[in-house]
Amino acid sequence: MRKIRKPKLAVWKFASCDGCQLSLLDCEDELLSVVNKIDIAYFLEASRNVVRGPYDISLVEGSVTTQHDAERIQNIRKISKLLITIGACATAGGIQSLRNFKDVKDFISLVYANPQYIETLDKSTPIASHVRVDYELRGCPINKRQLLEIISAYLNERKPNTPSHSVCIECKRRGTVCVMVSQGIPCLGPVTHAGCNAICPTYCRGCYGCYGPKETPNTSSLSEKFSNSGLNNDSIMRMFRTFNACAEPFRKESEAHEIEEAGSNKPEYST
Amino acid sequence: MNIVILESDHLQILLDVLRKRGYQVIGPTLGDGAIVYDGLNTTANLPIGWTDEQDGGTYRLKKRNDKALFGYNVGPHSWKKYLLPSELRLWKIKRNGNSFQIVTENEATQKFAFIGVRSCDIHAISIQDKVFMNGQYIDQHYKSQRKDTFIVAVNCGKAGGTCFCVSMNSGPRATFGFDLAMTEILEGENHYFLIETGTELGAEILREIPHKEASEKQKCAADDILKNTAEQMGRSMDTSNIKDLFYRNHEHPRWNNVAERCLTCANCTMVCPTCFCTTIEDVTDLTGEHAERWRKLDSCFTMDFSYIHGGSVRSSIKSRYRQWITHKLATWIDQFGTSGCVGCGRCITWCPVAIDITEEVDAIRKSEPVSERQTTEAVEIKGS
Repeated sequence: MRKIRKPKLAVWKFASCDGCQLSLLDCEDELLSVVNKIDIAYFLEASRNVVRGPYDISLVEGSVTTQHDAERIQNIRKISKLLITIGACATAGGIQSLRNFKDVKDFISLVYANPQYIETLDKSTPIASHVRVDYELRGCPINKRQLLEIISAYLNERKPNTPSHSVCIECKRRGTVCVMVSQGIPCLGPVTHAGCNAICPTYCRGCYGCYGPKETPNTSSLSEKFSNSGLNNDSIMRMFRTFNACAEPFRKESEAHEIEEAGSNKPEYST
Repeated sequence: MNIVILESDHLQILLDVLRKRGYQVIGPTLGDGAIVYDGLNTTANLPIGWTDEQDGGTYRLKKRNDKALFGYNVGPHSWKKYLLPSELRLWKIKRNGNSFQIVTENEATQKFAFIGVRSCDIHAISIQDKVFMNGQYIDQHYKSQRKDTFIVAVNCGKAGGTCFCVSMNSGPRATFGFDLAMTEILEGENHYFLIETGTELGAEILREIPHKEASEKQKCAADDILKNTAEQMGRSMDTSNIKDLFYRNHEHPRWNNVAERCLTCANCTMVCPTCFCTTIEDVTDLTGEHAERWRKLDSCFTMDFSYIHGGSVRSSIKSRYRQWITHKLATWIDQFGTSGCVGCGRCITWCPVAIDITEEVDAIRKSEPVSERQTTEAVEIKGS
């Protein structure tokens, strides 16, 4: 049963802030156990030492925003047995997918002194738009506990426990009082994928939705609730248009409130 | 049964006596903008002079203009927080070469005294008792926890905006399932509790606390308070023939209507004091030398809940809401001999989009032609 050869792990970076791959280094106490069981063969953030592929597991961080990256991910898929995307950039296009709602050329000329040197794609897209993905870990950034869970599940040949239900279940399990019901704070928890253990509501903040849409999210019903509590269309649009702006259910919901904006004159929500 | 008076200043002695007997004393206290259940060291931890205002999807704390200790209704927590913990390790396994060793953790390690249990919640506990301690399969952890639980009930001095215990025959007066039951009375300068004993243990503990016989006038004052509470119910539910109502309305346009609003967030099931579903998670550590089995509170509103080979049986929102309410109000009766609803109103208050179980029942009932309702009722009368 026991594997003789340690499985080889590679960590790949695409358009991203590096926060998710840092979660692996952030494991600290558990990191020694990880390297006892796994050969970290390619992880430029941690070491210049590179072991050639193929790899048993590839963790892919970031979204595809250049033609070069669109080609690179094809090769990574070819040399990876198991490809796991980590974080909102890799799973949904990330915060940089805000460009998808506008003309990226306008941004380039605003941001760069010499825009002629910039080569970029019109849209920021998740890895799954380019290659087959075996597993997704959500979050901005991912939770190190979930990262260890998926590695541990792989090593022990079992199903990982990364449920796709709402953040509300995590709030209720830890006894956190609903911030929306008890204080009127707008919260995306009821439509957001669990995994963070409801960290924001526990500190009396509404959920920002950084894990993206949960299974069967009813975003329009939640928007109606926001609207009845006094949030205007622009605010609702902005709530859904953050780290997971281009995850399909969130994208559709933000667009629904963008179109309606012209006719809206509701006051800005305040607590 | 003897009814006695306990001065409010002497309530602390009750807590002390219970603690001295080894109980961990749990009761209502302020926390995170609500009245929650947590450890009580002194009566000063109680939400003195606070109340709550509840309606569909909203809960707000308010100051009262008196020093009442129990002048509010049920909050976001229920006693299942202690009797059916949301996360519980069932056992651990350690690898021993080619074999393994199991360490089980079935026995509860602490005994609880619950202070301020409302009648609806006593009914809820008795329903969960049936679920976990009756029949062929006994939940050992629940049983060992329940065996040593001391219950001090509080009869409700006011009704909440989402309360409907009168409709469900489950309140506002506690009639069973307690060791001691109290009615709080504030009359100008006088602040005292009428105490009723429910068990020999309750009587034994009461003997250690200063008390005096209640006068007829004081008993009447308590009755008046409870009568008044019963008349204040924020909601009501017509439960006549409710099982058949759901059985003949598996297909109903209302299910599509509620599906447009339902978030399937599972808040209703998590706050419900009778919802008992759990899931099992097996975890391992990186070394592969240790494994653990955990039981976690689950909900019929998730996709995983009805997942079998090939997919989820209840993938539509409509089917999940229908499943929950039909089980709670109809199939529960066949399964356990009682309704699964005790009228506490938590699912109404804590639903972010204010879906109201009483309103949904009403909508389905009122949509039926009068002739159909009367026919069923006539059959019922003939049959009974």
